[in-house]
Amino acid sequence: MSSSTNTPTHHTSTIGSIGTPSRRNTELALLVFAVVIPVFAYANVGLAIDDQVPSGLLGYGLGLGLLAGVAHLVVRKFAPYADPLLLPLATLLNGLGLVVIWRLDQSKLLQSVNQAGNAAPRQLMYTALAIALFVVVLIFLKDHRVLQRYTYISMVGALVLLLLPLVPGLGADITYGAKIWISVAGFSIQPGEFAKIVLAVFFAGYLMVKRDALALASRRFMGLYLPRGRDLGPILVVWAISILILVFETDLGTSLLFFGMFIIMLYVATERTSWIVFGLLMSAAGAVGVASFEPHVQTRVQAWLDPMHEYMLSQAGVKDGVVHSEQAMQALWAFGSGGTLGTGLGQGHSELIKFAANSDFILATFGEELGLAGIMAILLIYGLIVERGIRTALAARDPFGKLLAVGLSGAFGLQVFVVAGGVMGLIPLTGMTMPFLASGGSSVIANWALIAILIRISDTARRPAPAPAPNPDAEMTQVVRP
Amino acid sequence: MNKPLRRIAIFCGLLVLALLIRDNWLQYVQADELRTDPKNRRVTIERYATPRGDIIVDGDPITGSKKSTNSDFEYKRTYKNGPMWAPVTGYVSQAFGASQLENIDDGILTGNDDRLFFRNTLDMVTGKKKQGGNVVTTLNGAAQKAAFEGLGDKKGAVAAIDPKTGAILALASTPSYDPSTFAGNSTNTDGKAWNKLQKKNNPDDPMLNRALRETYPPGSTFKVVTAAAALENGLVPDADTKTDSPDPWTMPGTTTVLPNEGNLPCKNATLRVALQVSCNSVFGKVGADLGNDKMLEEAKKFGFGSEQFTPVRSNASVFSDDMNKSQTALSSIGQYNTAATPLQMAMVASAVANDGTLMKPYMVSELSTHNLDVIEHTDPQKLSQPLSQKNAQVLQSMMETVIKPGGTGTRAAIPGVTVGGKTGTAQHGIDNSEKPYAWFISYAKLSDGSSPVAVAVVVEDGSANRDDISGGGLAAPIARDVMKAVIDSKK
Repeated sequence: MSSSTNTPTHHTSTIGSIGTPSRRNTELALLVFAVVIPVFAYANVGLAIDDQVPSGLLGYGLGLGLLAGVAHLVVRKFAPYADPLLLPLATLLNGLGLVVIWRLDQSKLLQSVNQAGNAAPRQLMYTALAIALFVVVLIFLKDHRVLQRYTYISMVGALVLLLLPLVPGLGADITYGAKIWISVAGFSIQPGEFAKIVLAVFFAGYLMVKRDALALASRRFMGLYLPRGRDLGPILVVWAISILILVFETDLGTSLLFFGMFIIMLYVATERTSWIVFGLLMSAAGAVGVASFEPHVQTRVQAWLDPMHEYMLSQAGVKDGVVHSEQAMQALWAFGSGGTLGTGLGQGHSELIKFAANSDFILATFGEELGLAGIMAILLIYGLIVERGIRTALAARDPFGKLLAVGLSGAFGLQVFVVAGGVMGLIPLTGMTMPFLASGGSSVIANWALIAILIRISDTARRPAPAPAPNPDAEMTQVVRP
Repeated sequence: MNKPLRRIAIFCGLLVLALLIRDNWLQYVQADELRTDPKNRRVTIERYATPRGDIIVDGDPITGSKKSTNSDFEYKRTYKNGPMWAPVTGYVSQAFGASQLENIDDGILTGNDDRLFFRNTLDMVTGKKKQGGNVVTTLNGAAQKAAFEGLGDKKGAVAAIDPKTGAILALASTPSYDPSTFAGNSTNTDGKAWNKLQKKNNPDDPMLNRALRETYPPGSTFKVVTAAAALENGLVPDADTKTDSPDPWTMPGTTTVLPNEGNLPCKNATLRVALQVSCNSVFGKVGADLGNDKMLEEAKKFGFGSEQFTPVRSNASVFSDDMNKSQTALSSIGQYNTAATPLQMAMVASAVANDGTLMKPYMVSELSTHNLDVIEHTDPQKLSQPLSQKNAQVLQSMMETVIKPGGTGTRAAIPGVTVGGKTGTAQHGIDNSEKPYAWFISYAKLSDGSSPVAVAVVVEDGSANRDDISGGGLAAPIARDVMKAVIDSKK
């Protein structure tokens, strides 16, 4: 499956040999599964809830199939050597997400608290938009290196996106959770999801230029290369911005995601382990420092350490300036009640989570209704996407492509870890959503764009090297040879 | 750049691994604990997801289930004639939990009991929904109706037992409550109904099961126990030998005379006469002469001092163990610290009627599946032998005299049936300021010598006129109706 298997040198990197299979038919076969599985899941939900095959099955199946088909054809035409796994895996997750969002739409409890009802049709529309953006990226981004030109514009763009939720009147004032939303013309947008991609472009462009300076000009101390003081500048700036996000947007997840992405890219660019050590120390110091005075973050940490206590506070209606939420405990109960094999789609009670049951907490519904088996499968699918992304980075021939691919994959992986870890009580909860699964336009659109860029880089990486230009001397030499 | 890339790949793999491990911890190791956590609403949802099994009396359910609207709890409990049966069934409420039979046999009724596991699994395989089992009681509908209606709007309780087996035939308590009114979980209706019934909001405490959980001074009905102690300990050879009983009798160690109610022929009266007219002096002296230990021993044999599990728990009745002679004398006529539940006094009557053998009282004859296969059957069990068969028959003849003309319990007489009984009018409150309790205990005996029913009735209040409150006046007619209902239902 990898481009390197055919190379005689056994380097698992760089140039694929001439005649690399395009793997487009593999992708198509996998896509069939990625569409059929959610369609069956959809029928399953309908049978479980209403005892009949849902009337929307045909429309849903055709819709998902059409979107997947279009995406496939565009990849076949414009990125024929792209990684064959990324598109089917993302389609499968997106399809399953739609099914579970639709399943939660059916919940009377969620309808009564105005948390669901028509989220699935909206999500299907967002998915269509996302695929459209995916197509646009693949058609117009002929070469990912073009993005390099926009390094500093990206920086400005990312900063604007990150700061948008803080603009008065624009930032959606959501009582619960983090301030990472903006509200435009009735739509809620999570700019952080887009900032993730734009920031990766900036980091990749910046680090490609500066990496030698950052890597070489350093002193050795206790087996670690310590950077010079002035080289600490960029990391300090990114750190400071992360801390500001944490303080003003009160979201540990977004903060951790951006700082983590930068550390990963810095490490890859410089090959210096010391950056990792620095990064860990700085993020730990920042998180502990902010948590010591920010009540919202403190509540999240308390809810993580003792979800039952937080549940009791919320049930008792304790009002002490911070919002106590039953969600964390409800999510744990949902997972526990699912057990090994789950209750079956449509047969659980994850609607008890109420607020954000179909977005931040959607994984809990998967946990309850598909069980340990289902969650493991989903986590492995996410893992596969991340590893295919890093594989793409390994195969990329240019440093910018390598950095961008690893930045995007790393950010994707961190996001999955932060959200899934939060919902499962491994780390404190944050306000981000599961890529592809969760209800929410920003998330699905941004993540399809992310997949599009990875597909573009992998296509460039696996594309056969252009045949060497015919050497006029060669033929002549042969002829003359005695 | 490829070396750090590989390491990042491993790092991302470790992140996924950490999630996988955490998920296994949650959904495998901790799953059962989380799934069965009582605060996990799913536990309650599941509990009410299927119609609950029924409690059966005389072959018919006295409970039911109906679909509730606007709730994720699908079925809620209904009761047929709830107030009448509440002391038997207890309640089960989506908001307030369960009590008594509904609570004790909850596993059977919901179908969660391990003994139903195999059947439930079979049902699951054949695609049927889980169904709860039934609790078949020993109660007699006619007797319960007679007891409940006899008490009417008076405050009191009735317990009736089949002396031969210990099966409880009636168990009434008034004022009562309708458990249907708070079976759901609506704050508006169910919550309000519940609050109205709480003792702090309702001084009558309608949710108290007086037949099992309230102890009253038994008054003169306790003289049956004292008479049994006198016979068993040989203090008095038989019913018709004169006792050495002065009247007025001054209690030992005091200057207080133990008075009799009215001008009664109590001086040196035989036990029969003393019981017939209810002489305090005679039985007080018997108790004092026997002493605390012997009286306590006999009371314990009748069940005093221990809780009964029918399987609904009854409170333990009291006979103190550290009294001097005058206190023992008072206790022996059912005053001082002596206190008994109506069930306890019904047990006293039943032991006498059953020729001295006390059977363990029980109200659940069978636990069965929804299609009536028996899961568990209760066999009658002997609890103790408070008196010999001979002495029991002596005591029976004494108690039968009470019902005959000249006795205090004539109103309990049933034509064509031999009835034995004892009245009681127990004083209570500081300086006996409060209205006395009217007691009556009795048994009925058929012509073939078998005794189908023993009953105890207590009425807490009634007429404001103290003289009218007497066991013979208020309580005896209720006892008669209950006994008659049982006898008629056997025909």
